[in-house]
Amino acid sequence: MTALTKLFRTTTFRLSLTYLALFSAAAVLAIFYIYWNTTVLLSRQLNQTIDAELTGLAEQYRAGGLDQIVRIVAERSQTPGNSLYLVADKDGKQLAGNLSAVSPQLWDSLGPVEFVYSRPAPGGIERRLAFANVFRLPGGYRLIVGRDIEDRRELARLIRTTMLWGLGVMALVGIGGGYWVSRRLLTRIDDLSATTRTIMAGDLTGRLPVSGSGDELDRLSQSLNLMLARIEQLMAGLREVSDNIAHDLKTPLNRLRNRVEEALREPYDEAAYRETLERTIEEADGLIKTFNALLSIARLEAGAGGDNREKLDLAALVHDVADLYEPVAEERGIALKAEAAAPIVIHGDRQLLGQAIANLIDNALKYGAPRSGSGNGWAPEVQVLATAEEGTARIVVTDRGPGVPALERDRVLDRFVRLEASRSEPGSGLGLSLVAAVARLHGGALRLEDNEPGLRVVLALPMEEGALVNEAVPQPSAGAELRPT
Amino acid sequence: MRVLVIEDDQETAAFLKRALKESGHVAEHAADGQTGLELAKANAYDVLIVDRMLPKCDGLGVIKALRDDEIGTPALILSALGEVDDRVKGLRAGGDDYLTKPYAFSELLARIEALARRKLPEEGSTRFVVGDLVLDRLSHKVTRAGEAILLQPREFRLLEYLMKHAGQVVTRTMLLENVWDYHFDPQTNVIDVHISRLRSKIDKNFGNPLLHTVRGAGYTIRDSAH
Repeated sequence: MTALTKLFRTTTFRLSLTYLALFSAAAVLAIFYIYWNTTVLLSRQLNQTIDAELTGLAEQYRAGGLDQIVRIVAERSQTPGNSLYLVADKDGKQLAGNLSAVSPQLWDSLGPVEFVYSRPAPGGIERRLAFANVFRLPGGYRLIVGRDIEDRRELARLIRTTMLWGLGVMALVGIGGGYWVSRRLLTRIDDLSATTRTIMAGDLTGRLPVSGSGDELDRLSQSLNLMLARIEQLMAGLREVSDNIAHDLKTPLNRLRNRVEEALREPYDEAAYRETLERTIEEADGLIKTFNALLSIARLEAGAGGDNREKLDLAALVHDVADLYEPVAEERGIALKAEAAAPIVIHGDRQLLGQAIANLIDNALKYGAPRSGSGNGWAPEVQVLATAEEGTARIVVTDRGPGVPALERDRVLDRFVRLEASRSEPGSGLGLSLVAAVARLHGGALRLEDNEPGLRVVLALPMEEGALVNEAVPQPSAGAELRPT
Repeated sequence: MRVLVIEDDQETAAFLKRALKESGHVAEHAADGQTGLELAKANAYDVLIVDRMLPKCDGLGVIKALRDDEIGTPALILSALGEVDDRVKGLRAGGDDYLTKPYAFSELLARIEALARRKLPEEGSTRFVVGDLVLDRLSHKVTRAGEAILLQPREFRLLEYLMKHAGQVVTRTMLLENVWDYHFDPQTNVIDVHISRLRSKIDKNFGNPLLHTVRGAGYTIRDSAH
């Protein structure tokens, strides 16, 4: 497709042509209408003038006969102007007047008539248009009173010429303007297409050009750029996940392989073999757990799952899960307190929410004990609180541990992120990511705050089905929040 | 116990047959849904192990067809799909239990033994007795050697489940699913702590321990003195 046909195919150009045709038709109609009306009006005025003159002459005829008419006509013919007169006998012989050489049609006609006559002009004879009234006098005499209307023909010619020129200019400007506008639009669209193609080719950092004029194309580009930013973010997330998988799944796999290899290298010893195999199974189980957690998060983040939502009492669920962990807390010397008075009815998936609460409590129990030696003076205590206000249910889990530094709060929600201080504890680093994913699936948000000292985790969930939690974005120092985007 | 394994992967099927035989069970194998359905209709099995994805007729279809024919043989569904939704679908189709691949054989064994047990009349009984430990389901009272033992409601349900499956191995996941109704991994081994609490109440002051840990599998309650 050549550049020109491409241009002609643009909507803008076609629109320009359509408008051009419409405007031309309207202009022609308007001018024609004006011309027509003008002509009609002029003819009527002319007719009236000629009629009046004829009436006057008829009176003269009655008063003074043919001679009187001949005299008056001869007199009037002398006056310069566009009046035409002729008095002739039945043979067509001119008795008076400034009209000579009358055509037979004119001679035989009666009443108003348009005709062409000749008159001497500088450098020859010119033929001009005239309008006259032919009046028959007794005895075969003819009285013709008329006016030269060549000016009118001139006017029609002028209008025609003007119209043609006007239309020509209009067409030129219209097509030219259409071409210019289309060309400009086409250039911008081509720019957009080119950028899109580079982005499709894999350069996700590319952004569509924004001219700054704030027109519809700019708005489109801005929306698409936002979309691209989101895609880039998701792709970065995906890349990060694959990197994480590479690290956090391959490392234990490698460890597992090394162990088996080492056992095979050693001379046969049943006890050692058995121990190796048992540890291999343990390691495999750990891998399966990590893998399951990753799959769950991926599914939740893709918006799948949660088909089993039902009305449930969040307060009861909080007590229930706290009850599950209570012996563990006791064993670790941590006081686990659950507080949720009235039933908090929300629409959610019991298993997913149960797991989220379990993960939060599990985290608090694992990392929330005051570090021995650091002695921040607080008794080890984990509190789980469920509240409901203004359509938002909140589960707040607080501990008195070392907490999470403000700058790290966003990061710990990411997959596999474990703070250096917690590396010694068993865990996959997926717990909080899963809670965040569950929160998002339910239209809620997860936020980490400072419990001064300790960590305070707030899981906010909308109580109404299909609603979103509208938490005010806290100051960076107060906490970090992950919300659905 | 007579078990029918409907599984298309030959190696898995061979492994299951071997392992079930070693555990003292008789296992038969069908490699596709069609054959599995015919076998399950023709013979009386104690339990079916059905892979979810099968050639010819898929696992859920096999179970549905059996249930439509009013054949109530307990069925355990094996599946690589492990989400709660899939589980619910499996149970809705008439499956009795659902196990996600990859699984430990001990888990599978404990589950099918529990399933086969369902058919026994004890299911409906109101009193469970193991040795000198008695649990009354109606009055919610537990006594050991005539001595009343005070249990929290959750501890009672835990003991109830263990005693219902007395002599069988019960895994941690089974306990979490049946006593707490949680189908997720609680990360920390919370069940162990609950068990040790229960143990301190029912076994601590008595000479003959009844609640045993089965290494690599789970727990069992039985009177080992007999």
